[in-house]
Amino acid sequence: MSAFNAIGEEREIDRDEYTPGVEPQPTWCPGCGDFGVLKSLKQALPEVGKTPEEVLTVTGIGCSGKLNSYLDTYGFHTIHGRSLPVARAAKLANPELEVIAAGGDGDGYGIGGNHFIHTARENHDMTYIVFNNEIFGLTKGQTSPTSPKGHKSKTQPSGSAKSPLRPLSMSLNAGATYVARTAAVNPNQAKEIIKEAIEHDGFAHVDFLTQCPTWNKDARQYVPYIDVQESDDYDFDVSDREEAAQMMRETEDVLNEGTVLTGRYYVDDESPSYTEEKKAVGEMPEQPVAERYFDEDAEWERSYDLLERHT
Amino acid sequence: MTIHSKGFRHGETKFRIRLATWPLISMSDDELIWRVSGGSGDGIDSTSQNFAKALMRSGLDVFTHRHYPSRIRGGHTYVEIRAAADEVQSRGDGYNFLLALGDSFARNPQEEAYYGNEEIKPLSENLDELREGGVIVYDEGLLSEDDVADLDLEERAEENDWHVYPVDLRGLAKEHGREVMRNTAGVGITAGLLDMQLEHIEDLMSDAMGGDILEANLEILHEAYEMVDEEFETTHDLRVPTGEHDTEQALLSGSNAIAYGAIDGGCRFIAGYPMTPWTDVFTILSQNFPDIGGVSEQVEDEIAAAALAVGASHAGAKAMSGSSGGGFALMSEPLGLAEMTETPLVLVESMRAGPSTGMPTKPEQGDLEFVLYTSQGDSSRVVFAPGTIEEAYEQTRLAFHIAWEYQIPTIIIYDQKLSGENKNVDVEFFDREPEPGLGTTLTEEELKEAAHDNSGKFERFGYEDNEKNVSKRSLPGQKGGRYLATGNEHSPVGHISEDPDNRVYQMTRRIEKLDSIREELDEEHDSNQTYFGDETAEYGIITWGSSQGAVVEAVERLNDSGHSVKGISVSDMMPFAEREVTEFLESVDEAMVVEMNATAQFRGLIQKELGRFGDKMTSLLKYNGNPFEPAEIVEGYEVNVADEDREPSAQVRIEPAAGD
Repeated sequence: MSAFNAIGEEREIDRDEYTPGVEPQPTWCPGCGDFGVLKSLKQALPEVGKTPEEVLTVTGIGCSGKLNSYLDTYGFHTIHGRSLPVARAAKLANPELEVIAAGGDGDGYGIGGNHFIHTARENHDMTYIVFNNEIFGLTKGQTSPTSPKGHKSKTQPSGSAKSPLRPLSMSLNAGATYVARTAAVNPNQAKEIIKEAIEHDGFAHVDFLTQCPTWNKDARQYVPYIDVQESDDYDFDVSDREEAAQMMRETEDVLNEGTVLTGRYYVDDESPSYTEEKKAVGEMPEQPVAERYFDEDAEWERSYDLLERHT
Repeated sequence: MTIHSKGFRHGETKFRIRLATWPLISMSDDELIWRVSGGSGDGIDSTSQNFAKALMRSGLDVFTHRHYPSRIRGGHTYVEIRAAADEVQSRGDGYNFLLALGDSFARNPQEEAYYGNEEIKPLSENLDELREGGVIVYDEGLLSEDDVADLDLEERAEENDWHVYPVDLRGLAKEHGREVMRNTAGVGITAGLLDMQLEHIEDLMSDAMGGDILEANLEILHEAYEMVDEEFETTHDLRVPTGEHDTEQALLSGSNAIAYGAIDGGCRFIAGYPMTPWTDVFTILSQNFPDIGGVSEQVEDEIAAAALAVGASHAGAKAMSGSSGGGFALMSEPLGLAEMTETPLVLVESMRAGPSTGMPTKPEQGDLEFVLYTSQGDSSRVVFAPGTIEEAYEQTRLAFHIAWEYQIPTIIIYDQKLSGENKNVDVEFFDREPEPGLGTTLTEEELKEAAHDNSGKFERFGYEDNEKNVSKRSLPGQKGGRYLATGNEHSPVGHISEDPDNRVYQMTRRIEKLDSIREELDEEHDSNQTYFGDETAEYGIITWGSSQGAVVEAVERLNDSGHSVKGISVSDMMPFAEREVTEFLESVDEAMVVEMNATAQFRGLIQKELGRFGDKMTSLLKYNGNPFEPAEIVEGYEVNVADEDREPSAQVRIEPAAGD
């Protein structure tokens, strides 16, 4: 018998269950792209059959970090850049949990970049949503790792001399097995992509373009957007790493020229997730670590039985 | 307003650097202190482990001390094994038997002179500390005649009554097997010279190897052993002591003890990044966890390591992480997150000489203030500093108990010395039940009765029923337990809140958990502080952590030689052992605080915590990379207290009392 009975519970799920009674109204600025992420999650989660209490939403710091204040699941609002190591450990301690991590572009591609690379590399079975607004919003508009070259801000008064980081290519190189980009202005696609990401057995990375109407007035509203799966102008195989890499590169090249390409870029359904790999080498117990502490029949090993090697 | 500095003043210091010359005082005759020296990578560590175990099996108490450079291949290294019939608590003073094996990875001195002549170091570096009447065996197969001649060994041996036996260990090994077996030849010669039975050494060899390798080693062992009788003219008196154990013994290091305390405390998750000397604990648990249902993760950096431990604990695992100074610095932020979110967590910090990279393989007790206060805001954490192998086990277990009972990060601070030293412990010491409970974590059944807000969100940080200042927790996936954890200040259901009344309530409750913990430690557990010496003494020596052993031995010697001294070794750093340390200081006229750092951090902590006794306490400090030896503490006492008009001969520093 499980000690975590919210997990796998079969019942009708109302979308409103995901709206917290304590803070039903987000404090994001009017017109903020973050509303789009929240809405697509509220739509996607019931559709994939997840109840609020079997989901752990782990966030970083920034406007995006407020996501779990407005999405009523188990939540962990961590520290800047560190949502991924917290989230992946929760998954290792209890692999039955549905784990979603989220943060901004500064959080995930800047200060937490090392964790992003390694979590993708290890292919943890979780979803990572990056609210990409190409700016630092909460600290009032400084240049971020995805800001376009030449972007002027209070901390780059003459325009940024740096080229923006390539989030999709970086993710693919690091080892993510599901890579997509969507935009707040494209709610239907966003919902579908979030659903796919949650259901994917491995590290699913969604670069979510979220316009910042307050601090990034230069930035477009990410319209018009083009869905690379639906457009006849693009034809590539999402399961082919080479073709995916090429499509990602093109997408990243044209974003700052005004062409907003979105959609699925890479889907690898074959590679085992980290939990499966770790089980295969014998370093992950069958029974989730978290369950064992509640298991009255568990027989706890003790160091006394390990002493022979020392005598 | 005038601000008075509360801490001690860096006053005049007595400071002297000189190579110590042994013996400073007379030594016990019924002990063997065997030092085996060679190069890093020459198997000195495993050879010494087996020899220590053989001595233990023969009925002796043993204690090992390891000295090694921060280098993989080559560089002078040694291990010392002290063995006697009665309990040995420290490495002792100097030593009386040297087996110099030679450094097979030594660099040619002509190519690179910076490190000196490395080939001769296993012999030359070890002569200063060899006691009068001591025995030297060196490998003439590796140490050249010219190099040995340059040391004036003959003359020095004459002066100090040393007994020198050059043997071609390398040649002997090559004749029967491979050159690496010269360690075995050295052990055989040692056993022969000490009249030691080979039985236990043979048993240990059979456990570790088999086939041709075992056979060749046994052959070499016997040939070397018999060579002593047949070919040597022996002149020394030193023999292996004899003893007997009442119960079965196990040879363990401090790192073993910490790892085993964690296992018995129910820990089944560890995340880490390699760094000397913390790596030992990480390795031991990583190797044991697959067999006992645990998960170990080696990750990208120490920020991740501590953050993983927080995440695993949040989801329901008893989790730990750890590092040494530089890596622990990266853990400051996740540590603060654990304090704020009241996530149970155990961290270990294995100190080495700092600042920065410092001396990676040398012990120091310089991270105390760092571990107590690192991370922004007011600290709410528990810190224990075990001083012995047994304390390392007990206090790690206790750390898991306290962390999960009070939902607070608990840190074990120890050092390179305790990490790597081996000592025999009664096997039955470990014969106790494990404690895998999750403390103040609710079950789904209990959650049904717990307080929720109107929308059904669990009041994880509620205002009611917080016995011992603890608000009970739920785990993700439990029905009826959802809440938000955040590093921001937060309301009862965990949502971000900057309401002043709520802030004061939550902050005060988190801090006052330390009062509740102090109460539990004082009333429900045996004291973590260790007392020794003459209870009626008017002079006290105070120490903490791994300096304990040398201080205990020094206090014994002082009392044996007519002084009246008592000692206390303190482990409860936070919440501080306020009552016990106050009582100790009130009971003496003067006290000397012994610690391995340059700024008297522990003495500063005592003054900060107690707010008085500044004029009663002096310090004996050592920070040259080597732990205290008992004679240095005895001498420190004589110079400091008996006010003898001389300076210490060892490389230590005496700090006067505040106001002196």
